[in-house]
Amino acid sequence: MKRHVKNLIPIAVLAVLLSLPYSTLSIPGVFDGAVNTPGSLQLLALCLLFAGLAVGYDLLFGRLGLMSFGHALYVAIGAYSAELAMKDMHLPLATAAVLAIVIGAAVSTLLGAVSLKGVGKLGTVGFAMVTLAFAQAGSILVGRDPKTTGGEEGLPLSTEKVPAAFVGVVNTVNLYWLALAYLVVVCGVVWWLTGRRIGRVWQAIRDNERRAEVLGLNPFRYQLGAFVLAGTLGAAGGVVHLLVTAGATPETTTTDFTLALLVMVVLGGSGTRWGPVLGGVLYTLLDHRLGAVATSDSVASLPAVLRIPLSQPLVLLGVLFVLVVYAVPGGLAALPNRLRRGGGAGPRRRQRSEQHRLGVVEGEPNRPHPDRVASEL
Amino acid sequence: MILELDDVRVTLGGSQILQGVSFTVAPTGVTALLGRNGVGKTTTVKAILGLVSRTGRIAFAGTPVQRLRTHEIVRQGIGYAPEDRCVFAKLTVAENLTLAERRGADHAYDLVYELFPELKARGAQAVGTLSGGQQQMVAIARTLLNDNRLLVVDEPTKGLAPKVVTEVAEVLERAAERVPMLLVEQNLALVRRLAGDAVVLAAGQVVHRGPVRDLLGDAALTRELLGVGKAA
Amino acid sequence: MSTLVLLTLTGLGLGALYFLIASGLSFIFGLMDVLNFAHGALVTAGAYAAWRLTGHLPFALAVAVAIVTGAGLAALIETVLIRPLYSRPKDQILVTVGLGLALPALVQGIWGADARQLQPPRQLAGTVSLLGAKVPTDRFLLIAAALVVLAALKLFLSRTRYGLVVRAGVEDRAMVTALGIDVRKAFTLVFAIGGALAGLAGALGGVYFGSVSPGQGTSLLVFGFVVVVIGGMGRTDGVALAAAAVGLIQQFTNYYAASGLGDFAAVAILAVVLLTRGNRDGIQRLIRRAA
Repeated sequence: MKRHVKNLIPIAVLAVLLSLPYSTLSIPGVFDGAVNTPGSLQLLALCLLFAGLAVGYDLLFGRLGLMSFGHALYVAIGAYSAELAMKDMHLPLATAAVLAIVIGAAVSTLLGAVSLKGVGKLGTVGFAMVTLAFAQAGSILVGRDPKTTGGEEGLPLSTEKVPAAFVGVVNTVNLYWLALAYLVVVCGVVWWLTGRRIGRVWQAIRDNERRAEVLGLNPFRYQLGAFVLAGTLGAAGGVVHLLVTAGATPETTTTDFTLALLVMVVLGGSGTRWGPVLGGVLYTLLDHRLGAVATSDSVASLPAVLRIPLSQPLVLLGVLFVLVVYAVPGGLAALPNRLRRGGGAGPRRRQRSEQHRLGVVEGEPNRPHPDRVASEL
Repeated sequence: MILELDDVRVTLGGSQILQGVSFTVAPTGVTALLGRNGVGKTTTVKAILGLVSRTGRIAFAGTPVQRLRTHEIVRQGIGYAPEDRCVFAKLTVAENLTLAERRGADHAYDLVYELFPELKARGAQAVGTLSGGQQQMVAIARTLLNDNRLLVVDEPTKGLAPKVVTEVAEVLERAAERVPMLLVEQNLALVRRLAGDAVVLAAGQVVHRGPVRDLLGDAALTRELLGVGKAA
Repeated sequence: MSTLVLLTLTGLGLGALYFLIASGLSFIFGLMDVLNFAHGALVTAGAYAAWRLTGHLPFALAVAVAIVTGAGLAALIETVLIRPLYSRPKDQILVTVGLGLALPALVQGIWGADARQLQPPRQLAGTVSLLGAKVPTDRFLLIAAALVVLAALKLFLSRTRYGLVVRAGVEDRAMVTALGIDVRKAFTLVFAIGGALAGLAGALGGVYFGSVSPGQGTSLLVFGFVVVVIGGMGRTDGVALAAAAVGLIQQFTNYYAASGLGDFAAVAILAVVLLTRGNRDGIQRLIRRAA
């Protein structure tokens, strides 16, 4: 696609998004009511928020190849820190938000350093498990102290500390603007960085960490940098989440939350500009719709075989996710290319080699995983 | 012909390593696969076994095998001693041998222990603690344990001391008495001793085919096809 | 003293449960380099299978069915979903993630989100007096099960042909096929064994907690991960020790510090282990300087 056309797309998208609150467009089945009604704006705000969270998450997953399963922790830190700062420390929203973001940055630096220190030895898999465990610790902390954190119910938003512009159904449109602003900032930062030298270093590390080391780069520093950036952006997203959902909920601390981000990113296409954005929006819409369908009367009257999967959005989303991983590995963002190439059938049919089937990398000796000791198996 | 290759092509990492390799291996004796370093000898061997993606026709004892999976190809009766031996370091000698057993293994152990008395003595020792030469013996012993109809041996003397090379050569000679062999080797003295026929690769194709004696007797041809001083 | 005995045995009981989960994970990862996120779902499947059958069938049989359920489901997953993706390891993990989300949700859809009580047989319901402490009987069952599994795994690996294939495959998958062995059958078997262990963990976990719930498998899975990372991936012995350690520390912390803090302590140990592992040189230098 021509360069100047490509640069026009973000502007076009932004223009559309800017115009939505003023449009009375109605998309039945997706939105209950016209697009500029509070209910729809709330949903749209949520979509844009999650798009932003997905882009931040994809920085780790798609750009650096770091499979973090604990990203939810930073969103939760953002939401809970801001709310507690307002509730217990009586700080105004702006200060509380800054504080929350700083805490997010600090925690991500600490935990990132600890997790990444082991990446060399543990590999992708170990990193995934460790980030998961740390997020779980956060979840436990939140659940442990119901008096402070509201336990299972979470904390409602302390509206006295929040500027009036963000409170009340009438002002839902301002939440929409806030979420849009968040998305713009996240995309701006991430897209800008990935276009510069640091982005190429990230890609080099993702493609082959050892080779990057040999070239004199210290992967750890770049990985940690990205981790902290993602965590900070996540914490900021947490603050926005707090405002848009009018509360901090323990849902944001769960593994399912991180996995939802993962699904968004893969669905849309990781490592691409628009993939995570598409994925975030689509997933949020699907989740919302499926959730509405799940509790509707029409589903309750279906025979069990259909009712059961439909009553649990995660069943369909999980299955969809598996299908996408199989059939469309590049996610939705890769679809145009695949369709252009005619179904994505590879060049010249070649007999599959055994090494290919076994996942042995051609050219590299089949060394066992560094952490594995066969005799002790 | 025990083995036939017809227009075998292999592309690895973007470059075409084999660009139409065709040759046959006689049902008796040793056929040497020769060529300069990096020309694709090991790739050819891997292609025969289905360890790399390839196109083209490969027939073993008349049966087309290009569509079979590696373990099915091997079960047709091929004993494979790969470059770098690929023995299982944390398993014992006896376990390494047991793993290789298929049909007709029982009586084969007699031959194996006759050829490799040391392996019998070191049965319980972890293969990783053996010397390079001893590990090579394990690799070759594995190929002799079954009613294999073809042995494919890739650079068996690589990195071995001269004395050990001689021992390996003796063993290979004994093995070749009973079963045809496709031998990839850089050591031309060994090739001269063991092999009857030579297949030479260059630029991804077979460029020479003929008796080893004639090839190695022609110094200019040897230098041109195999490079000066073999281990380039 | 009796408190000490009680804490130790309940800690070991918890550790045994962790071992059952972690050993399956570690076993699968050791050979196949697959991080099985669906493992928690397999635990849940085993738990619910045991729950459904307890009271209708002798308990031992219910547990056996749970094991078979885990194994069968795992074998199915491996053959249909994992096998085509061996050349795409990251996608393999993603597929197990998708399953790990979908399967517990399916269970929730069928039996609801609430925890369902599991009534263990009378012999397991009581306590055993040991050195003045009253230890719940089921803890002994867990410890016994873990020891049996540990021994069985080691026997399987050292004495059986498939165990030999697995040990060789861990070192060099391609060479195993080059010896005429269909390694993929070993993969399926290993996955099935992992699934069987998960099913057992689910059933015994149901006994331990007195109930089964859709999310139980996934929350136990996190502890399984912690144990595997501390104990070393692919090392059964290390995993056993790590599981025992984590279980003990969790119980003691919960009692002596504050309830609920024990879970947190498990993750804290993980952090400490990672830091020391990642900084082995630094620590060695520190020790040398101090000495």
